[in-house]
Amino acid sequence: MSKYTEDDLREELKTKEYEYGFYTDIESDTFPNGLNEDIVRAISEKKEEPEWMTEWRLEAFKVWKEMTEPEWANVNYEKPDFQAISYYSAPNSKPKYDSLDEVDPELLATFEKLGISLDEQKKLAGVAMDVVVDSVSVATTFKKTLAEKGIIFMSISEAIQEHPELVRKYMGTVVPQKDNFYAALNSAVFSDGSFCYIPKGVKCPMELSTYFRINQAGTGQFERTLVIADEGSYVSYLEGCTAPSRDENQLHAAVVELIALDNAEIKYSTVQNWYPGNAEGKGGVYNFVTKRGLCENNAKISWTQVETGSAITWKYPSCVLKGDNSVGEFYSIAVTNNFQQADTGTKMVHLGKNTKSTIISKGISAGKSQNSYRGLVQISSRAENARNFSQCDSLLMGNECGAHTFPYIEAKNKSAQIEHEATTSKIGEDQIFYCNQRGIDTEKAIALIVNGFSKEVLNKLPMEFAVEAQKLLEISLEGSVG
Amino acid sequence: MLKIKNLHASVDDKAILKGIDLHVKPGEVHAIMGPNGSGKSTLAAVVAGKEEYEVEEGEILLDGENIDELGPEERAHKGVFMSFQYPVEIPGVSVTNFMKTSINETRKAKGLEDMPANEMLKMIREKSEMLEIDRKFLSRSLNEGFSGGEKKRNEIFQMAMLEPKLAILDETDSGLDIDALRIVANGVNKLKSKDNAVIIITHYQRLLDYIVPDYVHVLMDGKIVKSGDKQLAHKLEAKGYDWIKEEVGV
Repeated sequence: MSKYTEDDLREELKTKEYEYGFYTDIESDTFPNGLNEDIVRAISEKKEEPEWMTEWRLEAFKVWKEMTEPEWANVNYEKPDFQAISYYSAPNSKPKYDSLDEVDPELLATFEKLGISLDEQKKLAGVAMDVVVDSVSVATTFKKTLAEKGIIFMSISEAIQEHPELVRKYMGTVVPQKDNFYAALNSAVFSDGSFCYIPKGVKCPMELSTYFRINQAGTGQFERTLVIADEGSYVSYLEGCTAPSRDENQLHAAVVELIALDNAEIKYSTVQNWYPGNAEGKGGVYNFVTKRGLCENNAKISWTQVETGSAITWKYPSCVLKGDNSVGEFYSIAVTNNFQQADTGTKMVHLGKNTKSTIISKGISAGKSQNSYRGLVQISSRAENARNFSQCDSLLMGNECGAHTFPYIEAKNKSAQIEHEATTSKIGEDQIFYCNQRGIDTEKAIALIVNGFSKEVLNKLPMEFAVEAQKLLEISLEGSVG
Repeated sequence: MLKIKNLHASVDDKAILKGIDLHVKPGEVHAIMGPNGSGKSTLAAVVAGKEEYEVEEGEILLDGENIDELGPEERAHKGVFMSFQYPVEIPGVSVTNFMKTSINETRKAKGLEDMPANEMLKMIREKSEMLEIDRKFLSRSLNEGFSGGEKKRNEIFQMAMLEPKLAILDETDSGLDIDALRIVANGVNKLKSKDNAVIIITHYQRLLDYIVPDYVHVLMDGKIVKSGDKQLAHKLEAKGYDWIKEEVGV
């Protein structure tokens, strides 16, 4: 990929409308709206889950019923009616395929529209795909290559059947059922998601990648991802999302748990491009996600996210630095335009000695949007010599948007070293005119300035993803200056 | 090449240019001098197409075509280049990347393909050597943390890369030490040809020792009050502007 230049990229970027706004008509198997114990049992039954899993879900449901939606985030929206949502939807074509020929052609057409046809993906050495359309995995590739290394990469439903001991041991250990309202809801009704286990000492030879789509009208998506990197192993995991354009709000409450055992490293990258609603603020996805990783001794977890979509984002990929010398990183670009609202950031919880965390957050607000960074750096009394560096930069476009920073620091150990830097800047008319004078039109000038602003984070993404991320930045901000 | 006729322009309803006539032919170098606030930089900005300036009257013709209605990028595509008095910073965007975007956007406007990477590289090498620019400098973020002299040299480097038809140098000499001034002036002289033209806006005749103008114009209170050759610049340097004020009764 060394021949790649930013201009190669820009050549591709001609799209004006929300590119992935289409709806695929695949026959689906959908539950009636509403949530109660019977629905939870039915989901579990549908998926032929073992008893312990059903019980685990029911426990979560009991807790959820007693909980209320959090209101501390800097976002305003009409709360979803949780009884008006259908909690299960699966494409009818249930069986797994050995080859693409067997896959529903309409589904393949969907992939093509997304530019991620499995055909191409198969050829693209180094990327294994576990595709989630609606709630059930329908295709998995590169499984064999991974199997040779003993790497398990499959849907969480399959993992519950095939590797119950691993799932049972780790699920809920980083994000417990009762962690928060949305995590509890997810624990009760999660439909599917991905599971990944890297055995001791194995470096995963390829980027593992999952594309999520929300598809069925009015279906909430409750993905559950569990990644376990055993001692001394390494994995880079990519998660990218697109969704059909749709007029009603769609709820998405995912849970991602990462476990990095001693000396292991997990790199988790996300490009999120869900439907943000139209220019008047109508529609769009509600994205309420709980992502957290646990680091044992000398382990490292790195979150990189590019968030351009969703009407409402509530998301704090976090690290619990339990082991000594463990490292947590958070690199984030959050773009909001029109009426989007994002409250996003991270928590770095330092429990072990000599733990280190880095937070680089870049917020870009345009239109009438509101973009908040919320971060917590917590140093426990036992965490000797903990270090944190945080940098939060905001870029504003126009006069009607808002950028907010809510950094929280709790240090209970005197040896802690904590640095926090924050800047706010505005794309100036002078910058635009300067670019114009050099023959660069305003739209392109903004893309250039925004990409420059985001560079530190874009550089952390794997190359294929960096390309897509830059595209998304440009598409998201098109028409935002006038 | 450039014909400005009875140009009146204002910003925020304040009249700044009050009837400018200027005719620049290919191969010529014109210097525009004048005291602070006389409208020199405004003239440059209006020709370049800065939007906050309102053209109230008159017209600007480039090769016979009225460019009043064209946006600044379209004028740039037609070969108008302005070296900024205060070049802006764009963090995270390298000089090279900026130049690449600039050149390819201009080519695109002309219906040309992107410049091949090896050709671009060769050009960057040549032009940076000409202006004695360290290659490391080209990977730095545009103008971020540049000294005054580096910023100006970078402006002329961009001019060299873009090879404009009409270059307007707005106080390019300010903030330059004598060595940098010599390098910048040499660069401009090498870029000069019978097909292009340069307008130099300056307070001092210092730069004009290096880039010899064919015409010198004095701008006062939004009008060109006196034109002459290089001798006029020397006279201004020696005697200031007061004598002109008296002579023309401003």
